[in-house]
Amino acid sequence: MLDWLPHIAIHIPPTQALFGQLLIGLINGAFYAMLSLGLAVIFGMLNIINFAHGAQYMMGAFCAWLALNYLGIGYWPALIVAPLVVAAVSVVLERLFLRHVYRLDHLYGLLLTFGLALIIEGVLRNYYGSSGMPYTIPDQLTGARNLGFMFLPNYRAWVIVASLAVCFGTWFLIERTRLGSYLRAATENPTLVQAFGINVPRMVMLTYAFGAALAALAGVMAAPIYQVSPLMGSDIIVVVFAVVVIGGMGSILGAIVSGFVLGVVEGLTKVFYPEASNTVIFVVMAIVLLVKPAGLFGRTA
Amino acid sequence: MRLRVLLAAVAAVALSAAAADAQSSGPVKIGVLNDMSSLYADIGGKGSVIAAQMAADDAGKVLGQKVQVVSADHQNKPDVGSAIARKWYDEEGVDVITDVPTSSVALAVNEVAREKHKIALIVGAATSDLTGPKCSPYTAHWVYDTYALAHVTGSAVVKSGGKTWYFITADYAFGHALERDTAAVVEAAGGKVVGNVNVPLNTPDFSSYLLQAQASKANIIGLANAGGDTINSIKQGAEFGIVQGGQKFAALLVFISDVHSLGLKTAQGLQLASPFYWDLNDQTRAFSKRFAAKAGHPPTFDQAGVYSAVAHYLKAVKAIGTKDPDKVMAEMRKLPINDFMTKNGKLRADGRVIRPMYLFEVKKPSESKGPWDYYKLIETVPGDQAFRPIDKGGCPLVAKKG
Repeated sequence: MLDWLPHIAIHIPPTQALFGQLLIGLINGAFYAMLSLGLAVIFGMLNIINFAHGAQYMMGAFCAWLALNYLGIGYWPALIVAPLVVAAVSVVLERLFLRHVYRLDHLYGLLLTFGLALIIEGVLRNYYGSSGMPYTIPDQLTGARNLGFMFLPNYRAWVIVASLAVCFGTWFLIERTRLGSYLRAATENPTLVQAFGINVPRMVMLTYAFGAALAALAGVMAAPIYQVSPLMGSDIIVVVFAVVVIGGMGSILGAIVSGFVLGVVEGLTKVFYPEASNTVIFVVMAIVLLVKPAGLFGRTA
Repeated sequence: MRLRVLLAAVAAVALSAAAADAQSSGPVKIGVLNDMSSLYADIGGKGSVIAAQMAADDAGKVLGQKVQVVSADHQNKPDVGSAIARKWYDEEGVDVITDVPTSSVALAVNEVAREKHKIALIVGAATSDLTGPKCSPYTAHWVYDTYALAHVTGSAVVKSGGKTWYFITADYAFGHALERDTAAVVEAAGGKVVGNVNVPLNTPDFSSYLLQAQASKANIIGLANAGGDTINSIKQGAEFGIVQGGQKFAALLVFISDVHSLGLKTAQGLQLASPFYWDLNDQTRAFSKRFAAKAGHPPTFDQAGVYSAVAHYLKAVKAIGTKDPDKVMAEMRKLPINDFMTKNGKLRADGRVIRPMYLFEVKKPSESKGPWDYYKLIETVPGDQAFRPIDKGGCPLVAKKG
């Protein structure tokens, strides 16, 4: 029965091909970085473990798809429209549901957002099935460039560039601007900050909306690559949580760096031992937690 | 006097009720076990339950009662699937379990059915091991298997010039079986398998594996996966310029729901093997119209197969008047299978149902007249050529008789 085995030659890729795999890993890392950024912002500022993040990512992709097929709105406007729509929906969710669990144990926020995610995904799956719908790559980004060691699709190159820009922009906003400093202060001592006349509840709401918008932006960018499917959020959210934990739950820089690094690690695993590519990130997470429980860049709670 | 007659009558009725054996007292209960929520949900899912219900309704009263249909989600996990199967067979009076896509779950349910001497009509799963080393007197493999896919699609692709192959394989029972059977076809036709990569089930991103396939320089990239995995492989392959680079995809298992998801622009030209297509002839069209009225879309061959399996089972139960699994299986083997998708099909001793397989090609967008008008028929392969001969599978049941 195993007599076909000798006929299959297993090729270890030459160094050139390895560069191609590293680049792919970076592209995946870009998605992980953007998504974990949103999660880190929400956890860092709001102390909410936002399990609805995957659903918000999926809603971003769905908005883009709906906008294209029903309103004729293309990819570029969708990059703005979809995050705004998802942010608006998230504001409603925050007002109605999340507001009540801020002062409670983290577990309540987790359960609440998890439940919301299940509802959103279930409803969409009921109407749209699970196979997904196609979303075409915008005309300006079709085609691929021959880099010598691989064909790099233009769209994937755009993903790396855009996500680096978004990540840097967010980091700058939170760590280096006045608005960011208000946010960080409000997390540490909301009463005092409110006494200074800053509307803390509104800031909290806008922060949640911002985190959701980041997820939705990642979703729009993912739509041309992965099918737009109600399941796309749940597929990726568990990995993103592992990334955030490795980076340190409240650390913006940690989320970005570990997103890219883990994308590359996963990419290399796909070359050398593909069967483990689903689990390697969790193995890394287990090791990091044993050595540094607060995460690589995390501050202890 | 009247009271005594009445009491005697009541006693007589009570006795006869007690004398009836427990198996044939409840209604016939069909259990549809499949993936309702993940990558294979569109292939079977709720559609299979609708198909089973249609077959139950069409059969009317069986053994004096209406047929019941229940369903559950096995989540593509063998432990969940076998736990549900046990509960169904032991506690809930389910007589036959059907559909069961995801070969690893089907193999697990196959063992549970064998242990409990209950019937399993496997429609969705593909592994040819179900009628090979793992064959069981209580399991029927109803519409297709990896051997048939390999022989119909695989041979066609090799014949049209695909000599060197690289496989992207879903890393579980189904992917390995499909790769093994197709590799055998390729080698027998003088071709060569230059490499493969095992990918975890339900992977969203195939870019890394596609790069490896490109680097192998094989003529053909064989996709030994299904459902969401196949869709992602083909879609991302278009992005990476696989076809422009001179390689072709051989999608070894494709359902019409996959083509619908990809769109004709991406899927055009794909060759695929299928035992059914809604637009093949008048009978398939009539059934599909009825199905679409309930489900909102024409049936995949998995969903159509569930109707066929349940209908034949109910026909056999009606013919002999009992639910006893051994007797029903014997009757199912005796009766020819005739329905909208099967003409004189036969259930073999190893559990394999023999039926013709069709080779289709996905139409170009310009050739399609509307939604779901996706396939054109290239070739019809008779059942005895498409499926593995009964003595070649290594099925212990056959060896005993032979």
